[in-house]
Amino acid sequence: MSSPPLTPATPLAVDARGWGWRHAGREDWAVRALDLRIEPGERVLLLGASGAGKSTLLQALAGVLGGDEEGESMGELLIGGSAATHARGRVGLVLQDPDSQVVLARVGDDVAFGCENMGVPREEIWLRVEQSLRAVGLPLPLRHPTSGLSGGQKQRLALAGVIAMRPGLLLLDEPTANLDPEGVIEVRDAVARVLDASGSTLVVVEHRVDVWWPLVDRVIVLSPGGGVLADGTPEHVLRREGAALAASGVWVPGHLPQPPKRSRRPGEQLLHTDALAIGRGPVLQTGLDLVVRAGECLAITGPNGAGKTTLGLTLGGLLPAIDGRVAADGLAGGLGTDPLRWKSRELVTRIGSVFQDPEHQFVSGTVAGELAVGARATGLSVAETARRIDPLLERLRLGHLTAANPFTLSGGEKRRLSVATVLVTRPPLLVLDEPSFGQDARTWAELVAFLAELLDEGSSVVAVTHDAHLVDALADTELRMSRAGHLLESRVPR
Amino acid sequence: MTTADILTPPAGTRAIHRINPVAKLAATAVIGIALVLSIDWVSASVALTCEAVLFFFAGLGPRQFVRRTLPVAVAALFAAATILLYGRASGTSHWRFLLVNVTDGSIELSVATLLRVLAIGLPAVVLFVTVDPTDLADGLAQVVRLPSRFVLGALGGLRLVGLFAEDWKSLELARRARGIADRGRLRRFAGQAFALLVLSIRRGSKLATAMEARGFGSSIPRSWARESRFGWREGMLVALAFLIALAAVGTSVLTGHWNFLAGA
Repeated sequence: MSSPPLTPATPLAVDARGWGWRHAGREDWAVRALDLRIEPGERVLLLGASGAGKSTLLQALAGVLGGDEEGESMGELLIGGSAATHARGRVGLVLQDPDSQVVLARVGDDVAFGCENMGVPREEIWLRVEQSLRAVGLPLPLRHPTSGLSGGQKQRLALAGVIAMRPGLLLLDEPTANLDPEGVIEVRDAVARVLDASGSTLVVVEHRVDVWWPLVDRVIVLSPGGGVLADGTPEHVLRREGAALAASGVWVPGHLPQPPKRSRRPGEQLLHTDALAIGRGPVLQTGLDLVVRAGECLAITGPNGAGKTTLGLTLGGLLPAIDGRVAADGLAGGLGTDPLRWKSRELVTRIGSVFQDPEHQFVSGTVAGELAVGARATGLSVAETARRIDPLLERLRLGHLTAANPFTLSGGEKRRLSVATVLVTRPPLLVLDEPSFGQDARTWAELVAFLAELLDEGSSVVAVTHDAHLVDALADTELRMSRAGHLLESRVPR
Repeated sequence: MTTADILTPPAGTRAIHRINPVAKLAATAVIGIALVLSIDWVSASVALTCEAVLFFFAGLGPRQFVRRTLPVAVAALFAAATILLYGRASGTSHWRFLLVNVTDGSIELSVATLLRVLAIGLPAVVLFVTVDPTDLADGLAQVVRLPSRFVLGALGGLRLVGLFAEDWKSLELARRARGIADRGRLRRFAGQAFALLVLSIRRGSKLATAMEARGFGSSIPRSWARESRFGWREGMLVALAFLIALAAVGTSVLTGHWNFLAGA
């Protein structure tokens, strides 16, 4: 069956008139006194420092902010002339996390879900499903299971499910933040194709300006104090406000954070692998011969599914090698050389592992308690624990949060806290999985400067990452892995 | 069997695959209810014999049949062995040892139990390996008319179950990485279980937002992309189940073996 191209939607305008929102139980308004008009069919990139209320505005536009018990609003927020709270179905929202947006088990059913909720007749639904899957470049069989899709495919599936409802306003909340570089481009291009066909209005929130730059025709910068900081064509806004935006944490082309200076003095060998094979279940990579030296940073890069995280966990003494061995001669200090055989409390003073999802690592009710966990396990005195924790709190900008519950922190704060927790026991080797994930340009620069300092003091860092800037700034060696099991190891040129 | 297998079982072409899951649920319930009313070997054997004929049409190969139904067979044997050794004593005693007393009565009860577990369990497994949860949800909402919010919410949640196992493994590794995996196994387990609960709730609420953003729970009457029909095939399956139940109970009553609710 040849399916027709995507049917155009009626683009909708957005009007904010003195609009604001305060979450229940908070003292400050998330958004305050916002005046704004977005014309039908405009493509807007919404920027602002973290905490400026970008996501709040997007959720309000999507009508999922909740009712009176969730918070309090001021002013008016209109979509196509009527209240945003009645916008469901006219507005499509794609969120950040690919895993929590898949609703059903089969591709076709998942795309159909939104149409069903809108009461679209059956024949019409399947026509729209075909159209939408094609428009996002995901021409899979309708019965294909959704569980095996990559992150980029899941985000395109979510996009297909949304555009099948023919929304006049498309909202994207950091849709590419969790994806590898390949996935980022896939999703961006799918959005471009969809907009060209549907003509819908677009509002996208994203830290990485360069990704969406070619696609948008207007940039709006929200002010953390409320209202709009800058508004205009991308060229205009970035020329006038580029430096200020970069200082407030936005990734602005031409204003990228400067990598820190490093005094590279490679030290002794801490850990090496002999013909290491890794995997959990299926074997992901074989024949890995790596060397990790004090004062050096090894970056492990490559697409999702290549085994980067598994390699990190295996080097960190958390997963067994499938074949070959990990030998941490330079770290053992009297113990055997296989880190997997070390006791948990012996491990934390030798290798510090930071997981991809910080929430997996939190075991305490407060930030202060979280930092003390490792110290207590290794029997440090209270005074010594405080001596180690205080500078970390300050350095990683967590000082004002000591009493907060780790789960309530922002994504960037969680990441910095999980790095801080492993540093308390001063392990000479750090294994960090996506350490820069979720950081804005400012906290990124701080984190990278901090890691550079640790490296210069003789620590060693193994970083699993998608972040090319991080590799440029820190890595001495880059190990590029691929799904087919091929490897490319290179000294990072300076 | 992985979660993915359960969520999307292979689609087949045999008649059994096309039958509405609601009918399978009803058929299993009819036979099951009839057989729990009495424990005697006659009703169970009649039911099992009738079912055995039907299994040939179930669309399962012999190897697959054995693999899928093995747990039921094992459970039946364990139940039978327990009753054989400890069941209510009556008639001649064949072997006594401490609490163990194998008698004529316990032998008969044991055989009846074995047959009964098989007669109820086997058709349930055979009918349900071909059930796709999505189709079942469609059936429950469209045929039985359960509220769609409830049915689809449960279906969406089912997909998250597969992520639990991964989360649990990560939580375990993370505790070792934090230096607290050497002692207090029990307390650590409790803490980890709580962490898993927190993670699941967070995932669940994110999924709920995504569903809501796609119009789920709005006041608009919902349409259904997949029609769930209850036609003559379904009627026949349920009728067959009634016939089997009737034959089993009838034979048992006529031969005088029927003992209503375990012969209380």
